[in-house]
Amino acid sequence: MNGPVGTSAERVDGPARVSGGYRYLGDIRLPDVLHAKLVTLDCARARIRSIDASAARRVPGVVQVLTAADLPQPVPRFGPQFRDRPVLAVAETKYHGEPVAAVAAETLAAAEDAARLIRVEYEELPAVCTIAAALAQGAPLVQDPALRLGDPLANTNVLQEHRYAWGDTETAASDLIVAGTYTFPMVTHFAIERHGCIAARDGDGITIWSTIQHPFWLQRTIAELLSLPLAKVRVVAPDPGGGFGGKQHAKYEPLVAFMAMRAGRPVRLILTLEETFQAVRRTSAQVRVRTGFRADGAITFREVDADYLLGAYADIADRLVSKGSYVSCGPYRIPAARIVARSILSHTLPSTAFRGFGAPQPLWASESNMDEAARALGIDPVELRLRNLARRGEQFIPGDTPADGAWEQTVRKAAELVGWGTPVPAGRGRGIAVGIKPGPTTGLSYATVRLLADGSVVMSSGTSDMGQGARTVYVQIAAEELGVPMDRITLLMGDTAVVCYDQQTSASRSTVLMGNAITYACREVQAQLRTMAARHCQVDESAIEVARGVVRLPDRQIPIGEFVRLGLGRLGGEVIGIGESRKEHVPGHPLSGSPVFFEFNCTAVDAEVDAETGDILLVRHVTVSDVGKAINPMQVRGQDEGAAIQGLGHTLMEQYILDESGRISNLGALDYRIPTSMDLPLQLCSDVVENADGPGPYGAKGMSEGALLCVAPAVAAAVTDATGAVIRDLPLTAERVWRALSTPAADSSPTATATAAADEQRRCADGT
Amino acid sequence: MSRTHLIRLTVNRVPRQVEVTPRHMLLDLLRDDLGLTGTKACCLVGECGACTVSLDGRIVNSCLVLAVEADGAEVTTIEGLATDGHLTRLQQAFLDEGAVQCGYCTPGQVMAARDLLAHNPHPTTAEIREGLAGNLCRCSCYAQIIAAVSAAAAEEEK
Repeated sequence: MNGPVGTSAERVDGPARVSGGYRYLGDIRLPDVLHAKLVTLDCARARIRSIDASAARRVPGVVQVLTAADLPQPVPRFGPQFRDRPVLAVAETKYHGEPVAAVAAETLAAAEDAARLIRVEYEELPAVCTIAAALAQGAPLVQDPALRLGDPLANTNVLQEHRYAWGDTETAASDLIVAGTYTFPMVTHFAIERHGCIAARDGDGITIWSTIQHPFWLQRTIAELLSLPLAKVRVVAPDPGGGFGGKQHAKYEPLVAFMAMRAGRPVRLILTLEETFQAVRRTSAQVRVRTGFRADGAITFREVDADYLLGAYADIADRLVSKGSYVSCGPYRIPAARIVARSILSHTLPSTAFRGFGAPQPLWASESNMDEAARALGIDPVELRLRNLARRGEQFIPGDTPADGAWEQTVRKAAELVGWGTPVPAGRGRGIAVGIKPGPTTGLSYATVRLLADGSVVMSSGTSDMGQGARTVYVQIAAEELGVPMDRITLLMGDTAVVCYDQQTSASRSTVLMGNAITYACREVQAQLRTMAARHCQVDESAIEVARGVVRLPDRQIPIGEFVRLGLGRLGGEVIGIGESRKEHVPGHPLSGSPVFFEFNCTAVDAEVDAETGDILLVRHVTVSDVGKAINPMQVRGQDEGAAIQGLGHTLMEQYILDESGRISNLGALDYRIPTSMDLPLQLCSDVVENADGPGPYGAKGMSEGALLCVAPAVAAAVTDATGAVIRDLPLTAERVWRALSTPAADSSPTATATAAADEQRRCADGT
Repeated sequence: MSRTHLIRLTVNRVPRQVEVTPRHMLLDLLRDDLGLTGTKACCLVGECGACTVSLDGRIVNSCLVLAVEADGAEVTTIEGLATDGHLTRLQQAFLDEGAVQCGYCTPGQVMAARDLLAHNPHPTTAEIREGLAGNLCRCSCYAQIIAAVSAAAAEEEK
């Protein structure tokens, strides 16, 4: 390859993003726009008795107050998996932050003033906000059974149960059985760009501008709710300012669409950060793992019981329960397995997709279980994993996509980079863990590539670039295939009226599925050029080859950019290529499709634990991912290192704190801490394994989530290595670690030396 | 509606006059009244740094400064850095080092880094970490941001 594929090409649109020129959703200004504000109650669950908006309506500038009574009846419901979420709360709020009304006014200040004046009479009702409370005998039902007709679980708070099994776990003969129960907290995405949308009547249809990750899915949702043809619903989706899964599916777009249609004017809603906290979170979980081992370390069986706590409405969370728990046996060769995962409804805010899509929760449990087993067996944790790791081509989940990488290379590389096996000072410890996540199981992406008469290119793609760098990767691929410089390519994205259908931007699919679609579109352009060259040069087509930017004729070769001028002739025009990349459903498959690829990562950390405070200092954090081929190595590194640090959030500090009634106590940036530059490990070291063995362009696999998957078990293992304390609940806050060290069971010897690490910190601070 | 005040200030070297209400923040003035949307809004409580601008030579969270407080002030925003479309060394370093992912926090990061370098042209890594601790990046490319600031400082030295 001599084009830009494989190089760290500068981010497409980069200059606009460092100079304030890139227009995000909130930067769009429409004339005549109304500003919306939500009205919520300060409790989790309440029966709404009455809503008095008279004072609010008198606020100058107020144009509309919308309550559930003003919507079509019954109040329309929507949701990507189940149509369970009403546009506004109907009769009862089901979580802290669920809107009961909304105001639209000429100014945001007027809307905010009016929202405060709306008098809601309500009666607070008991809420179920934990797994235990939701499953308790006689627990109030979160969802009305009438919404779940024909569902045998409709009279419980269990939304779905997913079971996977192979082999016979009962009869497996083991020398050692290791079991434990682990909890994973509620955390939030905290994209720095808050969620928002604008809606406006557009002729006989509607246009929605949104921070949405899946514009085509939103188009479908709005079309259904408003009974409009798809062609009359246009979704404009500027690149999100961070999404991480939180922006996949509709939240308040339906509400704002109804408001705009009613007002006959554009309506704009930008959530506050606090409201965004009440709109999206990761699904918390409690996972019990029980694994049998032979004395030599071979796994004999594994049982996983994973209870995920969803919110009041399913959003896409039940899907992540099924997909995340599906790999809860890890990337290992396990002869017998039984996995039971439950999606449990609660009176908490709806959980949704978040980087890792349900896999980090069981991996926290299963990889910690591996570490405990290694200690009990007296086998090195790296060695224990290598002994059980599926080798390339091995069907580690029977009947499904076999191991698609030389995963042992990833583990060995991570171990080497962290200095595994070398002596470590007292008070410090090392931990290692592996992560696996199934890639997309279905997919459909179209791309268009238009080679213009002067050899420049306009292409389009329905992917959302929320920071993962898809724009740059796509332009690199087209530049490589067509031999056109990257700065002569324009890529259109984020507008359903302009770009062709793409199923969604999720599951690290885009480089593979959309990347393939772009490659196919380029190949179609090349094929047309070949026909054109045969006609133009009077040569048989079989004697012509068009690839990697050049037209090769028997006697000479011409760059594509030059040839297209000749080939198109006096009328000019363009050569149009359409690429389609499709991954079909697989009937009967437990996920309704086999994963296109697996994301595989190994994380290894070297950590120092302060015995006085319980504070964890990450001396070295190593993350290695099997990416097949890094189309843009700098972006790959950015994704891996970013995911690693994001993973330190739920590992070390992040969690929602709910009071007894289900109210969130730590809404917003003041009370909810995410990693800052001060939380960066002293040394952050990422690397990749590239065997060009992926299904995407040039052998690429999907990546971007892998480096987050197993941060928590790796850090916890390092804490155990350093202190002897085994902690099974996240986050590993200083207080929690300190308490664990203070209990008699813990080996409380880590006091000795903080010195070596402190020296290292000084060196890093001054040097690297 | 509340009473308005006429304030005069200089933004990116251009004198401006704006009518503002007492509850108007500098952030609203820049984004809504002047259309300078490069400065971003996020937490509105001074914790995330997305709205960082320079006010009379020191950086502030523009979400915490009342617009009337900026009467007579000289304000520089992210739009005021590049000249004739040429990025500053610092801005270019952000791109060269891969310090921009979604880019939403970038204007605030660049403004904070610019201020750091103005007061400390040769910061250590630790000083950069500390200097940018008030600017959250959820894409979490802190390592790349620190590298960009270091590279810009080194470049300045040449």
